[in-house]
Amino acid sequence: MDWAYFVELLCSGLVRGSIYALIALGYTMVYGIIQLINFAHGEIYMIGAFVALIVSGALTIYGFSGVSILVLAALIAAVYAAAYGITLERIAYRPLRGAPRLSPLISAIGASLFLQNYVLLAQTPDFLPFPALIPDFEFMEPIAHIVGSPELVILVVTTLTMIGLTVLIKHTKIGKAMRATQQDMIMARLTGVNVDRVISVTFVIGSVLAAIGGVLVGSYIGQINFYIGFMVGVKAFTAAVLGGIGNIPGAVIGALVLGLTEAFAAGYVSSAYEDVFAFGLLVLILIVRPAGILGKAVKQKV
Amino acid sequence: MSVLLEVKGLTMDFGGLRAVDSVGLEVRQGEIVALIGPNGAGKTTFFNCVTGIYTPTGGDVLVHPPGKKTRRINGLKPNVITTTGMARTFQNIRLFPNMTVLENVMIGRHCRTTTNIIGAVLRGKRTRAQERETIEKSYRLLEKVGLAELAGEFANNLPYGAQRRLEIARAMATDPFLLLLDEPAAGMNPQETHELDALIVRIRNEGNMSILLIEHDMKLVMNISDRIYVMEYGKEIAKGTPQEIRNNPKVIEAYLGEEVHA
Amino acid sequence: MQSFKKSVFVALWFMFLTFPLLVVRVNTLKGEVEWRWMNMLWVGIVFFILSYVWRAALERKGQKKANNLDEDGEEILGFRQRLFQDPVIYRKVIAAVLIAAVIFPFVFSSYQINIMVLALIFVVLGLGLNITVGLAGLLDLGYVAFFGIGAYSYALLNTLYGWNFWFCLPIGGLVGALFGVLLGFPILRLRGDYLAIVTLGFGSIAKIVFENWDGLFKGASGIANIERPGFFGLEMSLEQSTIYTYFLMVLMVIFTVFVVNRLKDSRIGRAWMALREDEIACVAMGIDMARTKLSAYAFGAFWAGLAGVIFSARNTYINPNSFTFMESAIVLSIVVLGGMGSIIGVIIAALALILMPEYLRAFADYRMLAFGGIMVLMMIFRPQGLISDVRRKYDLSALQKKKEAKT
Repeated sequence: MDWAYFVELLCSGLVRGSIYALIALGYTMVYGIIQLINFAHGEIYMIGAFVALIVSGALTIYGFSGVSILVLAALIAAVYAAAYGITLERIAYRPLRGAPRLSPLISAIGASLFLQNYVLLAQTPDFLPFPALIPDFEFMEPIAHIVGSPELVILVVTTLTMIGLTVLIKHTKIGKAMRATQQDMIMARLTGVNVDRVISVTFVIGSVLAAIGGVLVGSYIGQINFYIGFMVGVKAFTAAVLGGIGNIPGAVIGALVLGLTEAFAAGYVSSAYEDVFAFGLLVLILIVRPAGILGKAVKQKV
Repeated sequence: MSVLLEVKGLTMDFGGLRAVDSVGLEVRQGEIVALIGPNGAGKTTFFNCVTGIYTPTGGDVLVHPPGKKTRRINGLKPNVITTTGMARTFQNIRLFPNMTVLENVMIGRHCRTTTNIIGAVLRGKRTRAQERETIEKSYRLLEKVGLAELAGEFANNLPYGAQRRLEIARAMATDPFLLLLDEPAAGMNPQETHELDALIVRIRNEGNMSILLIEHDMKLVMNISDRIYVMEYGKEIAKGTPQEIRNNPKVIEAYLGEEVHA
Repeated sequence: MQSFKKSVFVALWFMFLTFPLLVVRVNTLKGEVEWRWMNMLWVGIVFFILSYVWRAALERKGQKKANNLDEDGEEILGFRQRLFQDPVIYRKVIAAVLIAAVIFPFVFSSYQINIMVLALIFVVLGLGLNITVGLAGLLDLGYVAFFGIGAYSYALLNTLYGWNFWFCLPIGGLVGALFGVLLGFPILRLRGDYLAIVTLGFGSIAKIVFENWDGLFKGASGIANIERPGFFGLEMSLEQSTIYTYFLMVLMVIFTVFVVNRLKDSRIGRAWMALREDEIACVAMGIDMARTKLSAYAFGAFWAGLAGVIFSARNTYINPNSFTFMESAIVLSIVVLGGMGSIIGVIIAALALILMPEYLRAFADYRMLAFGGIMVLMMIFRPQGLISDVRRKYDLSALQKKKEAKT
């Protein structure tokens, strides 16, 4: 067995998994609170990547350089992703609260199509080259052929973000309000939680995570177009379902399982069929555990 | 009087919680039997076990359909149980809101009719006859519960009491020998409750059906029940005629609690 | 004044929101930044006006809810119901439509007939998906897979074994239905939301397989030289064949409408609707949920399979690019726009959504943008679709009279 190849696949699987995790968290948090599959979440990630591309492109042209570009681009991308997330919720989802389950879902699919084509028309249908914003670290050189600097940055940033999110949800006031709303929206409202605000904050957090993912992936892969959000969104959503939708640690586990499955399937079987493996895994797990890996089976009250 | 439904030692656990603990119950031909108990006593869970929504952890649920073989129905799917001849209503009304009142009842005829896809497309003589019969039977049932005038309305436009009666008509459409009513009077005013009592008795007398009903309001069932079972904290604490139940100190304590001591 | 302030705020917000994407364009190769300030102005004006419309529309919707019975709505419904239920009127309408359909190919060019055939294919797809989504309430985001399966079935059977169109048409439908059942099995136990992702995955898998199984499906290059539909071995010119395909498709639509309509008003159709309304009540009433769900998937897929066969016969060439998520989304928006469960609505929506972009070229680029927007707006303001499903009225007069006679 070729161990170096194995480790390479392992790393690539973890990197993929981390990216999926960043985006899957947005799906799962929103689902946990308003039981809606935010289909347009992948588009927020795509918009984050586009804004970062535009900002970094403009800054490069106007003579900025180095880490300042990365920081500014990531910051502005996060701000815009959050703004789009809030606006999306206000327009496409809030008027549908309390409507039959299928309505917001279809609205979300519509919003996803709209945002994709909006970017297509406003920018370009072609792939754009994404500048390599993450520098190559010198200390990584000896193992660079297995794990590159961008991979390291992705893993580190993702881990830090997860820790930050956990602290936020477990130990802050807004985190407590989010957990309360997740348990019982009506009761939370009665005890003085501003549910609308909690929902907005959830969308902001999810969107910012997606934007971070967008910036990281953009500079890791090197090119983006208006369609990148769709497949990554579908995959991240798959990861969230795998782990048990609505469950935050579940989303991370599901994302890593999915990333590793894809990387190994692509490496040892065929890269053309990696999506088939991803969805095959999903169907398999849902048959065995319909609520996902960490999900709890919900007994409907009769 | 032959026994129709025989439940022996029924137990239901949710995780570590025992919601129903070894409860037994019998319904005989032509009886109105009530299962009462305070809120949270496990009555609805018991019902859900009998009707197949939950699979009981232990015990036996046996049905003896008139003229047919006895069947043990633990763990069968709800639709199979309904087809054996037991139909239920729901405590929190579950109608088909965007279908008409008549169609709601017609759904109940589904398991007693046989038209398949090809039959439905060709709409031959047999299909048409079956459809006519479905409509007629459903309409008669609506007459019986006093909703005939509202046949074309959407179910969600009905007033609350009418929705409850529609649920009963829909359950009756499945031709059951035993009707299981889960708190049929919940949320009704005294006048409506009174009418409902009369309706239940009439269904029993005219329709050749036996009835098992859940109530937590004890006064209501005293008038119409032949026998009463009482549950508290998942256990059966008493059974007997209304008279016996009325005088049973355990029941009085369970029901009235501190009021008696006061 | 209050609403003016609000609108100004909305306009400013959207100017901010669209700024990086609509105003800035970076060309890294030339090292130029293009500033399109005019776009910002337009966004400001448009959203200023839109915000008034939006608020008014939401208010109207809220009022409707409060009044419950909206007189204005009743009146429109009354008119619509007259249109579709009064036999005198609707027979005239149907006759007019039929005459138009017959004259159409002799008035318009082959090119336009071809587009019409495509639109009619989407009518059939819409009617098929309407069974799964509209009647049975089961979301299916991979519907195009069945369409592709039907298309490839015919393409392969024809190019490899020389089987003719008429023989393959029912086979395509049945293969579609078979895959519908295959998809249905694993998802029987899944909750509604999970259906979305699993069906979507199924659609993607189908496309990946078409694309990568070179040995069978010829990969991305697709399958060419598929036979057009034949008529007892009659030699036909290209134009004649186009007209023939058109009439075939018209008959197909009529057949579909006939079958779907009959099913809808039957024991099966009622079971589908009951499933959509309340699963637990549905099983408690003795309906076999697994069977009902599977039949809804299979039957929806059956039409997609049929449409697929005709599609590949019309094109004589297919490749995986005709079977992407975009097509599933288009069919879904047809169902949503037309009105879930409504046959007439779906037909009108399919024709509108497919023909409009073909004839309004300027609109073509904005097609998917508009589809997306329409889906959102429809869900918010008219979830029942353009033409809401008209419930069948049962004739009860005979029964009522009998009762009077008794009393």
